[in-house]
Amino acid sequence: MNFPLSIESINLTKRFGDFTAVDSISFQVKKGEIFGFLGANGAGKTTAMRMLSGLSKPTSGSAVVAGYNLEFQSEKIKQNIGYMSQKFSLYEDLKVKENIRFYGGIYGLTDQQIKEKSEFMLHQLNLGGSANTMVRSLPLGWRQKLAFSVAMLHDPSVIFLDEPTGGVDPVTRREFWQLIYSAADRGTTVFVTTHYMDEAEYCDRVSIMVDGRIEALDTPVNLVNTYKVKTMADVFVKLARKATRGE
Amino acid sequence: MHKSPIVVDGISKSYPVGKEKVNAVTNISFIVNPGEIFGLIGPDGAGKTSLFRILTTLLIPDNGNAYVEGFNTVNDYHEIRKIVGYMPGRFSLYQDLSVEENLSFFATLFNTSLEENYDLVKDIYNQIEPFKKRRAGKLSGGMKQKLALCCALIHRPHVLFLDEPTTGVDAVSRTEFWTLLRKLQDQSITMMVSTPYMDEASLCDRVALIQNGNILDIDTPKEITNKFENPLWAFRSDQMYKLLLDLQQMDNVIACYPFGQHHHVVLHQDQDVPEILDQLKAKGQTNLKAEPGIVTIEDCFMQQMRK
Amino acid sequence: MKQLIYFIRKEFYHVLRDTRTLIILFGMPIAQIVIFGFALTNEVKDSRIVILDLAKDETSRAIIDEISVSRYFDLTGYLNSNDEIERTFREGKTRMVIVFPPQLQYELSHNKSSTIQLIADATDPNVANTLVSYASTIIMDFQRNTTGLSFPLDIKTEIRMLYNPQLKGSYSFVPGVMALVLMLVGAMMTSISIVREKELGTMEVILVSPIIPFRVIIAKMIPYLVLSMINVISILSLSYFVLDVPIVGNLFLLLVECFLFTLTALALGLFISSVSDTQQTAMLISLMALFLPTVMFSGFMFPIENMPVPLQLLSNLIPAKWFFYIVRDVMIMGTGFDQVWKETVILIIMLIVLILVSIKKFKVRLA
Repeated sequence: MNFPLSIESINLTKRFGDFTAVDSISFQVKKGEIFGFLGANGAGKTTAMRMLSGLSKPTSGSAVVAGYNLEFQSEKIKQNIGYMSQKFSLYEDLKVKENIRFYGGIYGLTDQQIKEKSEFMLHQLNLGGSANTMVRSLPLGWRQKLAFSVAMLHDPSVIFLDEPTGGVDPVTRREFWQLIYSAADRGTTVFVTTHYMDEAEYCDRVSIMVDGRIEALDTPVNLVNTYKVKTMADVFVKLARKATRGE
Repeated sequence: MHKSPIVVDGISKSYPVGKEKVNAVTNISFIVNPGEIFGLIGPDGAGKTSLFRILTTLLIPDNGNAYVEGFNTVNDYHEIRKIVGYMPGRFSLYQDLSVEENLSFFATLFNTSLEENYDLVKDIYNQIEPFKKRRAGKLSGGMKQKLALCCALIHRPHVLFLDEPTTGVDAVSRTEFWTLLRKLQDQSITMMVSTPYMDEASLCDRVALIQNGNILDIDTPKEITNKFENPLWAFRSDQMYKLLLDLQQMDNVIACYPFGQHHHVVLHQDQDVPEILDQLKAKGQTNLKAEPGIVTIEDCFMQQMRK
Repeated sequence: MKQLIYFIRKEFYHVLRDTRTLIILFGMPIAQIVIFGFALTNEVKDSRIVILDLAKDETSRAIIDEISVSRYFDLTGYLNSNDEIERTFREGKTRMVIVFPPQLQYELSHNKSSTIQLIADATDPNVANTLVSYASTIIMDFQRNTTGLSFPLDIKTEIRMLYNPQLKGSYSFVPGVMALVLMLVGAMMTSISIVREKELGTMEVILVSPIIPFRVIIAKMIPYLVLSMINVISILSLSYFVLDVPIVGNLFLLLVECFLFTLTALALGLFISSVSDTQQTAMLISLMALFLPTVMFSGFMFPIENMPVPLQLLSNLIPAKWFFYIVRDVMIMGTGFDQVWKETVILIIMLIVLILVSIKKFKVRLA
């Protein structure tokens, strides 16, 4: 897949009745980029993310994700993306290795591949001794790191992360971001939402959604300079305050 | 017994997970002063919620005693329930009731009414009033949060317990929420607030950093950052990821982690910086910059965790 | 008092705003009554019967001919001796056995009188009743026709109902359905509504308020008590006006007993809510622990008298069994309170025990 753009959204729109959740958003994400997707609650982030991952059909507009057209090839898209969220990631009542097997199976990996990958993954995460541990009894931070690696199991070209670090301690949060960096370094495109404003600074580029539209899109440094403030948190508050939708 | 609104004295609590027992909090003690905003800062699973439940009389500690306004949380739970307000972790609202129905329900629960304590909640209520006929389930996260706060305040509690009121809420609503809390302080309500967002610590009068059921430190946010033991530097360059890996490999670097636009680097001594810069240049780093970093609660938390 | 009233009002909001549950609440009893009412129709066609013809003479053959051409019966075979009767029933091969006595023609011609035995399987009393009356009619007709010709005959039919001699079961689906509906509405809905508050986290706020647990319990029970009584009235009206099930006894007594049973169901619901933490658990416990025993022991499917002794003993613990007896006696047999006071007392004792246990188990804390 030698495609320079990993995600290209053109006037992507989603309406529910007369409510426009996502209002004609256009942007591009380069291969291997870490793209921060910010917005206030209800700005339309989740809806946009659902459309891009092929879970929800856009009302109008189009998008190409991982080289496939959203309209005609959403099944192809699903095979080539990974998805992880704070709310749902792993089965808590399954063991670590059972989770890996399950997701490997879903993406059609062979037994041999699953075996090799899970050994590598557990080693990378220092979870070598925990293959037979119930996911439930792992600390939250480890669980989230494991969930990320499991979502990367099938080497997706784009990974969508929906608030992946919510509630995680600061050290583990850094370790998580180091996993993100290394994935991006290997060429995976990372599309991430977060409520931690410092994490917005770790992204290569950041977009901020307000009332269903992308209000700003640039590198964190440029955004901070453009809006003449000190941090991304200030940029965010400045932009999101403009929201009229409120609900 | 005690003049302090909240006294926690050697509290421990464990709960069973499968066959094992897991300690939620281990031998924790602290005192909250009258009219203070006391922050409980720590990640999920640190034991914050258990502590809240013990103080709100919902759980009985295995060991130790806790007092709210001088009342023992185990024996005098009836008294405590009259004088505290509690906003549990997930905002506890009835999704199928409207804003005003929720409010009047929680008001009658405490034998009061919205009108009776209107002056206390009016700032918050004004913000949600336009939606008073709307079902709570149809409110945005920020609005739900304000409604839940309003419900917790409606009986003019002496002590207010807010368990992660800002979790999952966007940065704008979070800022607004903290403004509301500071205003409540004028009404001499003591507040205990927990949060996983370290940047919110600076908004509290005093904070306890909590991890794995243990308190790492208790102090004013300023004192906590003043106590940071090592030199802290902020580095940046054109290749941030490579910079991170390079710095982490150096012997004279205690810790290096991404922090905002920079990488925070904890050193043994300031004198090491020129040498580090030279080494980084030799590794091909360009546009390299290093400046003394501003210590935050998060830096302190991580330092405590490394111990 | 205001506190309690608002709490109850809030509970009604929950119930009335959940359209789907409302439809189930009120649709279920109606659907069940209609289904049972029309499924248990008295029209019986092509029922398998077997004949033991010990006479093997002209008269017996003539009657057999009449019976075999009837569209009600499907004559599947003949037996050779009395010993085989029990087995054919046990194997489920037949609904009724007609036994012609050895000397039928002889007795008729000499004594002008004889007796044909009709032995029916009364586990389904409606069917048994119908079959017997059809067969009797055919025999009567035959008798009348023959009589008109030459000599007056008197063929008696001796009816034996096997397995359920008192024909318990006819119309018994009404008390059965009532027990079922009240149990489900009362116990399942109450338990779910309490456990939902645990799941939502609102229970935490309620507990951390000065409200007395007893009031919470009362507030939770009253809406479902009202709903259940509405269901009682709709079930009774439906059965009376649409299905022609008679209400022989005192209506007021019947309603009071329904009220008592509903309270028992609500108390059971409270108990279930105190042992479950999720709505699924509450629902599963309600279904497994209440639905099945209620169906089994409320008599409208299986007569308790025919169950193995251990099950009969177990059935004494099921409130629905006693309620079933009460409703059957009062509604269908028309007996007064003097006949059902024992059952009533048992229900009252069950209610008191359940309420005491529930209040004791209702936690003023989380764990």
